Amino acid sequence: MSLNELWGYLVLGVVLGCLYAVIAIGYTLVYGVLQLLNFAHSEVFMFGGFGGVLALTAWTPVVNPSGMQSVLYVAFGMAAGAALGAAVAYGLEKVAYRPLRKHNAPRLVFLITAIGASFFLYNLAGKLFDRSSVAMPQMYSNETVFTLFDTDIKTTHLLIVFSAVAMMVGLDYVVNRTKLGSGIRAVAQDPEVASLMGVNIDKVVSRTFVIGGLLGGAAGFLFGVNSKVVYTMGFLPGITAFAAAVLGGIGNVRGAMLGGLLLGVVETMTVFFWGDDWRYVAGFAVLVLVLMFRPTGLLGERLGRTA
Amino acid sequence: MSGAADLKKEPAGSERTGTPLLELRDLRVYYGAIEALKGINVKVYEGEVVALLGANGAGKSTTLRAASGMLAPREGQVLLHGERVDGIKSHDLVRFGIGHVPEGRRVFPRMTVKENLEMGAYRFKSPDREEMDRVYTLFPRLKERRTQLGGTLSGGEQQMLAIGRALMGKPELLLLDEPSMGLAPLIVRQIFDILKEINEQGTTVLLVEQNASQALQLADRGYVLETGEVAMADEASSLLADPRVRAAYLGEGA
Ligand SMILES: Nc1ncnc2c1ncn2[C@@H]1O[C@H](COP(=O)(O)OP(=O)(O)OP(=O)(O)O)[C@@H](O)[C@H]1O
Ligand SMILES: [Mg+2]
Repeated sequence: MSLNELWGYLVLGVVLGCLYAVIAIGYTLVYGVLQLLNFAHSEVFMFGGFGGVLALTAWTPVVNPSGMQSVLYVAFGMAAGAALGAAVAYGLEKVAYRPLRKHNAPRLVFLITAIGASFFLYNLAGKLFDRSSVAMPQMYSNETVFTLFDTDIKTTHLLIVFSAVAMMVGLDYVVNRTKLGSGIRAVAQDPEVASLMGVNIDKVVSRTFVIGGLLGGAAGFLFGVNSKVVYTMGFLPGITAFAAAVLGGIGNVRGAMLGGLLLGVVETMTVFFWGDDWRYVAGFAVLVLVLMFRPTGLLGERLGRTA
Repeated sequence: MSGAADLKKEPAGSERTGTPLLELRDLRVYYGAIEALKGINVKVYEGEVVALLGANGAGKSTTLRAASGMLAPREGQVLLHGERVDGIKSHDLVRFGIGHVPEGRRVFPRMTVKENLEMGAYRFKSPDREEMDRVYTLFPRLKERRTQLGGTLSGGEQQMLAIGRALMGKPELLLLDEPSMGLAPLIVRQIFDILKEINEQGTTVLLVEQNASQALQLADRGYVLETGEVAMADEASSLLADPRVRAAYLGEGA
């Protein structure tokens, strides 16, 4: 166990953490506007992976693509993943959650519905796409771009980090600097008053799911590029990203980003020090510890929600 | 602007004619099985300040909620300039020029003063700078604190922000729900002075208040609600002199 090896794991933790961060945003945004823990978001992520695979299988990349072709394939695959993720999230809100909102269903009913929707989507994917795992068609040769502390940083690592950072910067802009963003924040803070200001809550909620779905779907594609796509792939990243959202302070977008990065690093550090068996243990231990001292999460709301 | 103000001063004491800006006609509102409004009739004419008084639970807030589309009446009608608007959702109704300052202020706690004001102008493509300047002139305190988070303002400042936010939507009719609630007398006086100014600048006001004496001094006319029904409707000066009103709402022995 050399120090260089440790740094290498740290770098891989950041790569993983970027993915968690992007998924966690989907949980936290939806929680913000609906106070709903959308457990089905993990399946939105999984569908994003399949979106990428299906699109790239349909438009088979040539062997040994040129640089330009590679960029196109990646963009195409990511767009397809994001689009399918958004479509699933949009449908989920329309079909599963909106009717509950219309009837003012209690919180618990939403939660059970979310879990049910998650099972449904998960089994639907198993049925539709077969239950074996598929590899993402090769879009570029995944070579070592440079070596950092003896760790090979490959094209895929850079792709994940750069796309994730771009998505987070874009999302932060949308939430804090656009009209849709003000609508989202207003609905999160006081939906009734938001509608008095002219905010159409249904529209804002629907678009929030679409944004979460775009990010989750794109993350699913990136995850698939890094490993494989299979109908069960949503569960662990999903639950880790959910923990990341809680760790950062659920409802807080920047908190979700921070929490995701942190849990990614904690995960690879755990593997480094204690081995792969402990991979998912430490992250949740950190979550429990932090919540004991800061129940609202790292960047959690200091100001209470209005009654 | 001054034309509207002149119009307002003139008819005090006389019968109002023509189409009211807001009319609630035989309005019945239910919360589940509870009948909160039992067929009330209220008219607000352009340029007026109308006070809506009544004990706790009389249905004052419910009346405002029905007028701004937050609640759909089970029976009866809400008319703006003679056109039915009941059934239109509140987010669409703001386009008809209704500004509702809800009970308890309800500023967005995690938005700055400036962002709160901008939310008030959400129905427009972008907030009107002149309108914001006007709000800052009416409430210089808000200008000083424009970068402060809404949730950290004092009660009086929050009330000013809630009113300013509603003004940003350029309402023709301002509905105010107990703007004096929980505020020190000096601040209450300030807020009422500003309401007067807003009205003189051409905005019609429907004012719900517990503070009956202040409200009736400002208002042209008033309604008294009792358990979901209109018990009295008269000129503000007559209500102010009425022994029943004095006993029930001005804290004087009967
Ligand atoms: N959301 C609700 N669900 C059930 N009943 C309600 C609801 N809101 C109000 N009510 C009932 O309707 C009646 C009228 O309430 P409303 O809030 O309009 O009274 P108010 O005159 O504004 O009182 P206050 O001066 O205390 O604000 C009350 O009996 C109240 O209990
Ligand atoms: Mg009330």
